Amino acid sequence: MEVTSPVREVLVTGNKTYHDVSHDICRHVEAKPNPKWMAAMALSLGALFTGGYALAITLWDGIGMWGLNKTIGWAWDITNFVWWVGIGHAGTLISAVLLLFRQKWRTSINRAAEAMTIFAVICALLFPLIHTGRPWLSFYWFVPIPNTWGSLWVNFHSPLLWDFFAISTYFTVSLVFWFIGLIPDFATIRDRATNKISKAIYGALSFGWDGAAKTWQRYETVSLVLAGLATPLVLSVHTIVSMDFATSVIPGWHTTIFPPYFVAGAIFSGFAMVLTLMLVTRKVYNLEDYITINHIELMNIIIMITGSIVGVAYITELFMAWYSGVQYEQYAFLNRATGPYWWAYWAMMTCNVISPQLFWFKKIRTSLWATFILSIVVNIGMWFERFVIIVTSLHRDYLPSSWAMFSPTIYDMGIYLFSFGLFFTLFFSFAKFFPVINMAEIKSVLKSSSGEIENKK
Amino acid sequence: MSNQKTYWKGTEQLTNDPSFVKNAEKEFPEYLPINEGKESNGSTSRRDFLKLMGFGVAAASLAACEAPVRKAIPYLNKPVDVDPGIPNYYASTYSVGGDYASIVVKTREGRPIKIEGNKNSAITQGGVNAQVEASVLSLYDQERLVGPLKEGKNTDWNTIDKEVTEQLQAISAEGGQIRIVSNTIISPSTLKAINKMAEKYGNTEHVMYDAVSQNGMLAANESMFGVKAVPSYDFSKANTIVSFGADFLGTWISPIENTKQYSKTRKVSSEDKTMSRHYQFEAYLSLTGSNADYRTTVKPSQEGLAVAALYNEVAKMTGNAPINTNKVEIANITNAARDLASNRGKSLVVAGSNDTDIQLLVNGINSMLNNYGTTIDLNQHSNARKGDDASFINFVKEANAGNIKAVIFYNANPVYDTGMGEEIKSALEKISLSVSTSDRNDETAHLVKYVAPDHHFLESWNDAEPKKGHLSLAQPTISPLFKTRQAQDSFLTWSGDKQEYYNFLRKNWEDEHFSGQEPTFDIFWDKTLYNGVFTYNVESSDIAVQNVDLSAVANRINKNYKPNNTGLEVTFYQKVSIGTGHHANNPWLQELPDPISKATWDNYATISQKMANDLGIKIFEGKTSMINLTINGKTMEVPALVQPGQAIDTIGLALGYGRNMAGKVANGVGFDVYPFLTQLNGTRSYALTSGVSVDGTAGSYQLAQTQTHQTFMGRETIIQEALLEDYKKKGWERDFQPHIETSKGKVKPSKLTLWNGHKYNNHHWGLAIDLNSCTGCAACTIACQSENNIPVVGKAEVVMRRDMQWMRVDRYYSSQQGAETSKELEVAAENPEVTFQPMMCQHCNNAPCETVCPVAATTHSSEGLNQMTYNRCVGTRYCANNCPYKVRRFNWFKYHDNSNFDKNLSMNNTLGKMVLNPDVTVRSRGVMEKCSMCVQRIQAGKLKAKKEKRELEDRDVNTACASACPSDAIIFGDLNNPNSSISKYLKLEASDSEPIKEVNNERAYHVLEELRVAPNVWYMTKIRNKDKVNTKA
Repeated sequence: MEVTSPVREVLVTGNKTYHDVSHDICRHVEAKPNPKWMAAMALSLGALFTGGYALAITLWDGIGMWGLNKTIGWAWDITNFVWWVGIGHAGTLISAVLLLFRQKWRTSINRAAEAMTIFAVICALLFPLIHTGRPWLSFYWFVPIPNTWGSLWVNFHSPLLWDFFAISTYFTVSLVFWFIGLIPDFATIRDRATNKISKAIYGALSFGWDGAAKTWQRYETVSLVLAGLATPLVLSVHTIVSMDFATSVIPGWHTTIFPPYFVAGAIFSGFAMVLTLMLVTRKVYNLEDYITINHIELMNIIIMITGSIVGVAYITELFMAWYSGVQYEQYAFLNRATGPYWWAYWAMMTCNVISPQLFWFKKIRTSLWATFILSIVVNIGMWFERFVIIVTSLHRDYLPSSWAMFSPTIYDMGIYLFSFGLFFTLFFSFAKFFPVINMAEIKSVLKSSSGEIENKK
Repeated sequence: MSNQKTYWKGTEQLTNDPSFVKNAEKEFPEYLPINEGKESNGSTSRRDFLKLMGFGVAAASLAACEAPVRKAIPYLNKPVDVDPGIPNYYASTYSVGGDYASIVVKTREGRPIKIEGNKNSAITQGGVNAQVEASVLSLYDQERLVGPLKEGKNTDWNTIDKEVTEQLQAISAEGGQIRIVSNTIISPSTLKAINKMAEKYGNTEHVMYDAVSQNGMLAANESMFGVKAVPSYDFSKANTIVSFGADFLGTWISPIENTKQYSKTRKVSSEDKTMSRHYQFEAYLSLTGSNADYRTTVKPSQEGLAVAALYNEVAKMTGNAPINTNKVEIANITNAARDLASNRGKSLVVAGSNDTDIQLLVNGINSMLNNYGTTIDLNQHSNARKGDDASFINFVKEANAGNIKAVIFYNANPVYDTGMGEEIKSALEKISLSVSTSDRNDETAHLVKYVAPDHHFLESWNDAEPKKGHLSLAQPTISPLFKTRQAQDSFLTWSGDKQEYYNFLRKNWEDEHFSGQEPTFDIFWDKTLYNGVFTYNVESSDIAVQNVDLSAVANRINKNYKPNNTGLEVTFYQKVSIGTGHHANNPWLQELPDPISKATWDNYATISQKMANDLGIKIFEGKTSMINLTINGKTMEVPALVQPGQAIDTIGLALGYGRNMAGKVANGVGFDVYPFLTQLNGTRSYALTSGVSVDGTAGSYQLAQTQTHQTFMGRETIIQEALLEDYKKKGWERDFQPHIETSKGKVKPSKLTLWNGHKYNNHHWGLAIDLNSCTGCAACTIACQSENNIPVVGKAEVVMRRDMQWMRVDRYYSSQQGAETSKELEVAAENPEVTFQPMMCQHCNNAPCETVCPVAATTHSSEGLNQMTYNRCVGTRYCANNCPYKVRRFNWFKYHDNSNFDKNLSMNNTLGKMVLNPDVTVRSRGVMEKCSMCVQRIQAGKLKAKKEKRELEDRDVNTACASACPSDAIIFGDLNNPNSSISKYLKLEASDSEPIKEVNNERAYHVLEELRVAPNVWYMTKIRNKDKVNTKA
């Protein structure tokens, strides 16, 4: 029997030459901002400032402006935090894990995905800081620095402290990784730059890149080392975030399944967010040749797989609640599905478990519109997942006397809007001033997987 | 050899310059510009200008950056008894309208900051209630009058005295009628002072009324025993207690005393497994009803017949003649009669009704049961209620007829609290001299000509005789804050008596009570003042029973009550917090959750589930509907609260709300139902049996409840109960004993732990709470609020579920019979059994909050306390989320010095701040707080013992909640001390392997024991004295 491996789809279409690649990508940096970009940026800044008002009032008057209460101490704040951290998972996964696995299709999406990761983590970091009662102290009391209070240390038992370490490490590594990747491309822009200011700025950003073989070799090595460092972080960050809940005593939180379930969920939502953004960027910047349907399909498959993992996790939770024989655990899950927040639970189930199953159909996973809609649906679902975990577990825990409901105020919503404003302001700035696709790496796959091969078929 | 060197001052000296020689001996050279100003005829020189400017700028800038003055100034002449930082305690008396408590006032640096019960008192026995505890805050109420008023404008006392005296003399000379109107006065010296007025002016009558009158009982006792008084009850001697609508644990006559006595009958232990059986027949679910073993709903229209039915049953069993009344179907009457009859002389029947006929029948029942002389004492009768409805109604009539020329309202507010406000308003226009001694410009005071504001009781001298033979003294604990004057001083002044009331009081005591017990009266006085109380013997005499025509009573009962009334009925009740409305401007009380409904800041119509279903009212998280309630032709929209246990077709309405002249806290809170009060048999009635209708709903309304979930969902690990019958069996064990499955079989949660455990070498503090004797009265909540500077957050924030009280009393209703699914368990039974569970920080030995705090702001003390370090807290709220008991409270806002929280009187103005306990930090915005087990008191007790060089004992420390508790349901103490009462109570047994001792009290359990957070608070299983019923039948 003869086995013939199918010829893979090419990664870059349109018979691009190296120059085409440089030109296609650098021209957005070099050209004047286009009106679409201006409009998008204005919208983002609008969200940033409108939300900024809510943030300012919260900081001035206290987090009593939110809808929290004595029973539900966390709601939108931590929901948003976990959601943004989750979104921030795709970048590193794409750049590090797929790099290690030599998945070359990652090259056209990793830059934007990493940028998205960094901006999402910035948005995520906002919440742990402002959700505290006294943010002016919390930003440095979390840090174990020697002090004059008889050297009073932080509490190393606290998962919140682990969070602090996990996320700051993740953020640092991601930032360095991303920036290293940008250096050759900055050098390209520098070399193409026609005005002095651009030349100076991109010159500085490119750290004196000279394109020598030795430099490339070092670049490759550093990338590999950082990829190796970042890979465990993909697993650790959300594992540790999940421990905020898993190590507690609250039914619905106290669950050993959380680490893998959270990591799968994070990849799930991260890929969805990458897709949402990439589909728009691809369209606006005419990058259809670089981000092909093939890319989109591969990402949809990952979404389908992680969505199924998440679905299995949900069902496992239900099973364990029943199997444990613990009254509170059983009630917590029954209450999720049938209690006053049933709509949140079923929104989560529909968006996260049912909707990704549509990607079993090739037609759907190769449809741009379906992908775009489903990528948003998935992120709505993942927001509800965190809301369900946090709010519905807290609102009815052990003593029925304390059972309460949570409803958000406009300040809760305003700060969520602020985080969107921040994210998109950063993302659009990135899209304008930084090369959105890794030119250097695209060029490296151009020979092995581009139109030339297609022509030979 | 000498050195004769000369040092020249300059070449001038060498040359002997004449100008040098001239000034050589002077200290300063001549050209110093000292006198320049003078020489230049007063004009300012440049240097002077610079000096002045420099000084001016420096002075101005120093003045500008001056630090705010903190008014902690050391005493110039330190008072002998006042040491900064050390509290002084003064015995005194709380007495408001017949409500009484013997108290000890804690003062710091001359400020009263906390009220405790006085254990010397035989009446209140160290107990207090929420109103008594909260009354210290009223002292610092900014809206008290700061001086006398004449026609609403400020005036001085001389003017008032001159004009009032002149006008009284003129009226007296014309033979005009003078009335002094007050609530019940239990102070004999005050009564004398008032008498002075009567003596001086003639034609003066003292009219006493009570907002919630006991006139029916007074009349019944007068006609039956010739004693027009409320008797003394002794619930502690009663094995069977039957109450018809008397909320004797909450609001009826002397609730603190009653609770003290009642709780003694509810204490059970393996040594003494007896307890009283309590039957309650009532329409709305009262605090007392919720503590009853058997509670039966009775409509107000049936009440007389129900009492008559019991009368007949008891008569049958005791061989007396029955009376002829209509039959009525009321459950448990026969059982109650059976239990009463088998406990003759050891039982008690009481009724809350103000209908003389009902009280006569109740007297009859008690008489048939030989309860007089055992559980009821008419010799040492109570003075708590003396209000006479007839004379008050007569006063209003006469005043309206223009027959009364002068009236003095002595701390009474009849325009508000009698339901005859309109009549009194119009009458006041016809009275030429009207005076009020109210402490604020209230509904009555703003209508009178002169307001001569009385002191707060903490600023006054007084005495009280709540019960014949039991006296107590009140002494000022602070000099008057305002230019107010004690009302008794006003009376004396107006009656021309020049002496001060203090001397008058002493004189009175010397005459009446000093009979050489001590060498001199001064010693006697000082001793009495120190103790706070004084008793003298009352000779017990047999009280002759006069013949009462019971058939006439039966006829009237048949006429006034119906076995099957159709249509809606209303009962007017008092809330434990607000009572008659006197304390309405006290924010602690307004925010105190009603023990039953858990609602704050409102009154409402309590309706049965059936009525709610009929009207389509659903209540979710306090969100309810308004109903169109029509009473005697007047329609109003009132919020409805679905109240399990409410009799079908009845509505409960709380008095004391809807004030509009009490101050910013009370004004506009709730609605006023006094105007709906009617009269029955010549006495005021607190129920309506006709003329009531509800016409659908009108819009939604948000009630502020601190607990919105009513049942405990069958979670036995939270609430454990047992029947007395079962408990009496040998080897009884709690129903619910959690076990955890392991590979080696089931083990107790305490045998499985991840923790090494803390070592407690010195003390180990703990609490034991008896669910059986806790009545749910919430005195502990206010005591805690007062002790620990807990803010009031206002209705909107309570709606947000952000109440701050560290100590809450959870109230759970039983679910419907046979409920199994969680949806069924959520629904309270129609007439539920009620359990109260005081809940505060459990001070877990393996505290879940401690591990999760990232900044180590909540840690474990070496004495077993879970302690909060506010300074260190950044407010992640993780600890609160991870608390299985949800007892942590977060400062969502800055509650002090914040105009958005101006109802938080104790933290938002300099006067209010005087009530703050200086030993407890006022928490800032953004930090977590919770019960500290009164760590400041523990510290003070430890220091006291240390100074006296002895071991710490029980008496050195007690928490605020435990010391306030009128039912002694909370025991605090050192678990490491085998002699402490808590160790004995819990029967602690040291264990080598465990840092936590083994508890051998078979009723003791931990809430959520299986979590193995190992709390330092134990709860005692609630025991119900009910007969076993076969549920399957």
